Amino acid sequence: MKYLNADQVTKRMDGRIAKNNILKMLFLLATIFGLIVLAILIYRVVVDSIGWIDWNFLTGRQSTDAERAGIMGALLGTLWMMLVVAPVTLILGIGTAIYLELYAKKGRLQAIIQTNISNLAGVPSIVYGILGLTIFVRAMEMGNIILAGGLTLSLLILPIVIVAAQEAIRAVPGFLSEASYGMGATKWQTIKNVILPAALPGMLTGAILALSRAIGETAPLTVIGIPALIIPFPEGIFDKFTALPMQIYYWTIDSSLVAEYANLAAGTIIVLLVLLFVLNSAAIFIRNKFQQRF
Amino acid sequence: MAANENNKNTAIDVKGMIAKNKQGKSLSSITEKLIPVVLFLFAIITVFTTVGIVITLLTETIEFFKRVPIWDFFTGTVLKPMSQNPEFGVLPLLNGTIISSTIAMLVAGPIGLMAAIYLSEYASDRVRKVLKPMLEILAGIPTIVYGFFAFTFVTPLIRSIWPDVAATNILSPGIVMGIMIIPMIASLSEDAMSSVPNAMREGALGLGATKLETTFKVVIPAALSGIIASFVLGISRAIGETMIVTIASGSSKNFTFDITQSMQTMTAYIVEVSGGEAAAGTTIYYSLYAVAMTLFVFTLLMNLLARYVSRRFREEY
Repeated sequence: MKYLNADQVTKRMDGRIAKNNILKMLFLLATIFGLIVLAILIYRVVVDSIGWIDWNFLTGRQSTDAERAGIMGALLGTLWMMLVVAPVTLILGIGTAIYLELYAKKGRLQAIIQTNISNLAGVPSIVYGILGLTIFVRAMEMGNIILAGGLTLSLLILPIVIVAAQEAIRAVPGFLSEASYGMGATKWQTIKNVILPAALPGMLTGAILALSRAIGETAPLTVIGIPALIIPFPEGIFDKFTALPMQIYYWTIDSSLVAEYANLAAGTIIVLLVLLFVLNSAAIFIRNKFQQRF
Repeated sequence: MAANENNKNTAIDVKGMIAKNKQGKSLSSITEKLIPVVLFLFAIITVFTTVGIVITLLTETIEFFKRVPIWDFFTGTVLKPMSQNPEFGVLPLLNGTIISSTIAMLVAGPIGLMAAIYLSEYASDRVRKVLKPMLEILAGIPTIVYGFFAFTFVTPLIRSIWPDVAATNILSPGIVMGIMIIPMIASLSEDAMSSVPNAMREGALGLGATKLETTFKVVIPAALSGIIASFVLGISRAIGETMIVTIASGSSKNFTFDITQSMQTMTAYIVEVSGGEAAAGTTIYYSLYAVAMTLFVFTLLMNLLARYVSRRFREEY
């Protein structure tokens, strides 16, 4: 007596296995789809910018004349702004993380701050722009200067930096600080000499990734009101400025009027992407080189 | 005994050392007490940020509603801020936002979920280690670059197939926004799916289910809360996205459902109005805050919903 009919089983299984294999292909295709778009995007930008990135483009001043226009002003604006964002977010971010992880008593206040941080991370960047416009530009009467833009972007990426720093602190094993306490060190001595050095690579990696997010942010800057054309280069954080993403924005929307502006925008995108690539490589380098495993 | 004596000696030594130590301690004990206070002040800045956002939005929105009745704002289908007799109906903007987000989710939802299934259920460790970081590059591209891409590549492409589509339309930025959100949904859903214990998969496979059947009948139901949360976060991201729609969808304030035409989203309106002309104190200026408040509330609700879903409906193993 036969309980299993081999033919029947394979017959029934075949269809199901075929379905499995077909859908597997479809799933793979869906995964690849994003990469294909990424390739097209980069290809398009590179093709559009060929012949436009030269010394004059990189070091020149802003101009309405496409042939003469350069992005040095925007590049300097972005770099100055990062000189505001980096120290502000590092100090506030790491400080907050140390407080929440090592000092705060587990209780209501700590829970409120923690929930608040994760809520802030979900607020659209343009809302930060409105905050910056209202507080820094108008109420503090800074005007649309680098400092105002930098502080706005700092608030925007602060939640990311804090969360990364918290994770870095949590990854430091307890026996390190216990050993430090055991040797008679005080709490701050332990934090300063043991926990911070061990957590710093992780903190820096997170901070650099957050910084690369800030560099590409455009929406808050449009709200603050960065003008389309500024001829002089910014020389400090109190100067008016433009930034790389703003330059891309203006050239893109005006490309329907002057076709060459699209090429300039593409060239600026290349510069921006190279900048992001360098930052991300630095982050990965720090993580691989200095991150200790316990 | 030797050990005992040793102990005694050290005890005496330690006492002496502590006493000696205490003499020079005043400075360091001040530091010990001061540091937590300073750090607390740092931590509280994030709370001030939230309070700042809520207060600025709220006060200026209240001022706006003194000039434009709240009912007219939320039910008005006409938005003409610059005209002689300005009208401030938010529905055209809400409509634009909802339509662009819907298009984005129609792209990002299925593709993101399928990518998550592939990465979590089918891909070998080696393939996953290559594919996942590459997908994350997509998430790291600034939105302004996507805006450029939508405007100079996707729109012309769509128009070459479908000539009725206008030069600025909601379809193209919607699609590009979807592509931008794919990595987010893929990554979050994959996290949810790969945290389903292997024993459950093995159970299904052992009963003769194919991988596909295991995925749809076991893994996805078990990871559903995380998958839904990732979708909700994706919607929230689409609602708050600014530059892609600002560049590629133009500034038409028509109340229409025609996706081939230009529509303005809430975010694009904020960019247009704040980008210079509106002087402080005018009704247009205040409308900026009312729209931003609406946007803020929308995204906040979405984020809270995502967290609620992933907590409330999580299956514990």
